[in-house]
Amino acid sequence: MNTVFNMHGGIHPKEEKHLSNPGTVLDAGLPPSLVLPLSQHIGKPSSLCVAPGDHVLGGQLLAEADGMVSVPLHAPTSGTVVAIEPRPVPHPSALNNLCLQLECDGQDRWIEFAGCEDWRVETPDSLISRIRAAGVAGMGGAGFPTAVKLMARERLPLQTLIVNGTECEPYITADDTLMQVDAAGIVEGAQILAYILGVKQILLAVEDNKPAALEAMQKAAEAGGDDCKVMTFPTKYPSGGEKQLIEILTGKQVPAGGLPADLGIVCQNPGTAVAARDAVCFGKPLTDRIVTLTGRALTRPGNYRSRLGTPIEYLLTVAGFDPTQNRRLIHGGPMMGFALESAAVPIIKTTNCILVPTEQELPTPPDAQACIRCGLCAEACPASLLPQQLYWYARAKDQEQLERHHLADCIECGACSWVCPSHIPLVQYYRAAKGMMRESKTEKIRSDRSRDRFEARQERLERETLAREAQRAARRAAAEQKAAEGGANDPVAAAIARAKAKKESPSDEGADS
Amino acid sequence: MSFLRITSPHGHSPLNTAQVMQAVLLATLPGIAVLTWFFGPGTLINIVFGGALALALEAIALRLRDRNPQRYLQDYSVLVTSTLLCIALPPYAPWWLVATGILSSVILGKHVFGGLGYNPFNPAMVGYVVLLISFPLQMSSWQAPRGLGEIPGVTESLTALFVPASYDGVTMATPLDLLRQNKGLLLDDLFSSTPQFSQWAGVGWEWVNIAFLAGGAWLIYRGIFTWHAPLAMLLALGLCAAIGFDSGSSESGGSPLFHWLSGATMFGAFFIITDPVSGATSNRGRLIFGALVGVLLYLIRVAGNYPDALAFAVLILNFAAPFIDQYTQPVTYGHKPSREDDE
Repeated sequence: MNTVFNMHGGIHPKEEKHLSNPGTVLDAGLPPSLVLPLSQHIGKPSSLCVAPGDHVLGGQLLAEADGMVSVPLHAPTSGTVVAIEPRPVPHPSALNNLCLQLECDGQDRWIEFAGCEDWRVETPDSLISRIRAAGVAGMGGAGFPTAVKLMARERLPLQTLIVNGTECEPYITADDTLMQVDAAGIVEGAQILAYILGVKQILLAVEDNKPAALEAMQKAAEAGGDDCKVMTFPTKYPSGGEKQLIEILTGKQVPAGGLPADLGIVCQNPGTAVAARDAVCFGKPLTDRIVTLTGRALTRPGNYRSRLGTPIEYLLTVAGFDPTQNRRLIHGGPMMGFALESAAVPIIKTTNCILVPTEQELPTPPDAQACIRCGLCAEACPASLLPQQLYWYARAKDQEQLERHHLADCIECGACSWVCPSHIPLVQYYRAAKGMMRESKTEKIRSDRSRDRFEARQERLERETLAREAQRAARRAAAEQKAAEGGANDPVAAAIARAKAKKESPSDEGADS
Repeated sequence: MSFLRITSPHGHSPLNTAQVMQAVLLATLPGIAVLTWFFGPGTLINIVFGGALALALEAIALRLRDRNPQRYLQDYSVLVTSTLLCIALPPYAPWWLVATGILSSVILGKHVFGGLGYNPFNPAMVGYVVLLISFPLQMSSWQAPRGLGEIPGVTESLTALFVPASYDGVTMATPLDLLRQNKGLLLDDLFSSTPQFSQWAGVGWEWVNIAFLAGGAWLIYRGIFTWHAPLAMLLALGLCAAIGFDSGSSESGGSPLFHWLSGATMFGAFFIITDPVSGATSNRGRLIFGALVGVLLYLIRVAGNYPDALAFAVLILNFAAPFIDQYTQPVTYGHKPSREDDE
């Protein structure tokens, strides 16, 4: 029904999507308190505008955007701000970050929202500022401020908006569920985004393992108008990667180091589209999201509408966590998600899934064996890299070869590690190597800078020496001339003048020698 | 409570290295069975003897290298090496020939370079070439196939292995030898006048090759390796043979079919040049690697003076593999040549 292109590589891990029963939204309820990190997005953390002890209503602004690439933060319910202090946040390196703790008062009272009646008569700029004010950041995983992404329209001519409902990671069904329950909202949100971007074409991309979502989206797209087109394609991981999806849908590749906007394309997540719709039409800030709670260590897995800041331990209790067979708590999916050390961290705007598998389900990996260069990783790599070569070079810290083999183009999807029969944690090597290269680049910039400084100083000293010499020569010439003039008249005066000239510049004499 | 922290991905494909090696071993079975049918239990006995010796040597080498033998022996890689070498050895070879071959393969071909994954040359072929150069006579006496000579029983086979002096088997020139030594006979006449030849190639040999082809096809189907190197090798060999066929004259190098179904062709195409460690990395590289093995195989068969040319062809290309890799890097996503110009 639609032409799609092939991407290189990819894998077919067990999908396990049925576990979380996609299509039904459950309510996670109201926890006794929420912990809201000030940085739930890419960019600068939001800057606080409340203080401990303040009582706030749901939807009230807690922190403002700090600068361009930043988003504001709103209260997900009514309550009292009890603490503002560093707390553990969901982060691969178990960081502590400044968080705001909100003690919920249980009344869940909200401020009044004011949306715009008809977004079609508003200017794109006013819509962007509404989206920015609602704190919308990409909900697919990266958390890039949506308003900033929408400003791509000022730099490049855009033609296409892709709503990425691929959700190719196993287990996760948050987008699947959203597409089934609010397809109309996604389509309207997409139309708002398309209007802002000035694009005529909206592609709604759904992998073919989600027939219910596909049907719902098709209905909504037909009702939405001619500009929307639902695209479906075979299930394969990682077809939902932005670059891979663009290749599948258009046959074009995003140039290395470039952005989809270079091809006239902007990608958005369905959740982001709905959040943008809510922001524009209802004036409602982003304060909750659907989180897939799944894994066989849960007795009540499902898709839970959860308020931002809800502690994961609270959600685990809601979903019936059985810790006996479990060793791992994963934020995100099994392929790209990161393991959390503790459940005492909150969910944030980018939390699409909390995965709690049993040991049998996702066993602890065995020790790595030797690389036998089988090349399965190269077959699987969606970026057409040579993962095993990168592995050797990463181990050898050979930066030149790493660059030549395009380490920077690795999207860290984990397909290579997944297929590696020797269980080598390849992606981990690439992350480390990328870090090493970043560091040595910074190091180089720093050493370049100090070399420049040193050279500038040398130049200045040389200049000063030359200037001094010139001055001295001029003085000497003046004295000699005076002596010549005065010598004819009065030799005594000339001798005094000479002595004077000599006295005046003893340091010069010293520097001369 | 504290959870286990491991980096992504958290799942893994069900395939592991030991299973890859087991699959390769399993895929050699049809070939071994046909070899045993036509040439008797000699190959089988070599495989068992060589395998036991190889495991022992690997364990010693691992101990010397301060590795845990129990853990590393579980990867089955040394059994693959020893099995492949023993398939290539003449059946009813004396024990010291097998032992020297295994020693060369395991120690010289593998552990000297740092063990599995680090060997630049195919270990089985290293062992084979050491033997071929050192003991050309023993290495070129091949048992006559069933129907043309008497097939030894198990007792005789064991005698041949352990008390070589007392064993007197029936050996016969192989079809490849006969073709190379042919002076003056038209190809058709050579085929009809010599009992070792049959309809397509040599008696027994054609079925041995077909059996290895079947095992290899199964491995490709299982995704253990790709089709690139084997197909390129067979096509290149076929093409060379077609050029050198000379319409079956007395100078003919043999037909493509003859070459495909003779000697170690299919065994080499699917079990030797597909060794990932010593081969080329990318699919494009594998095409080049395979094709060059095919060309060399033909040239050495026709112009050389060895029972078969596979081992030399493979070792020469093992030398070239890193070089091939250097020039066959696939185009990374977003690096299409048209765009590379303005970078």
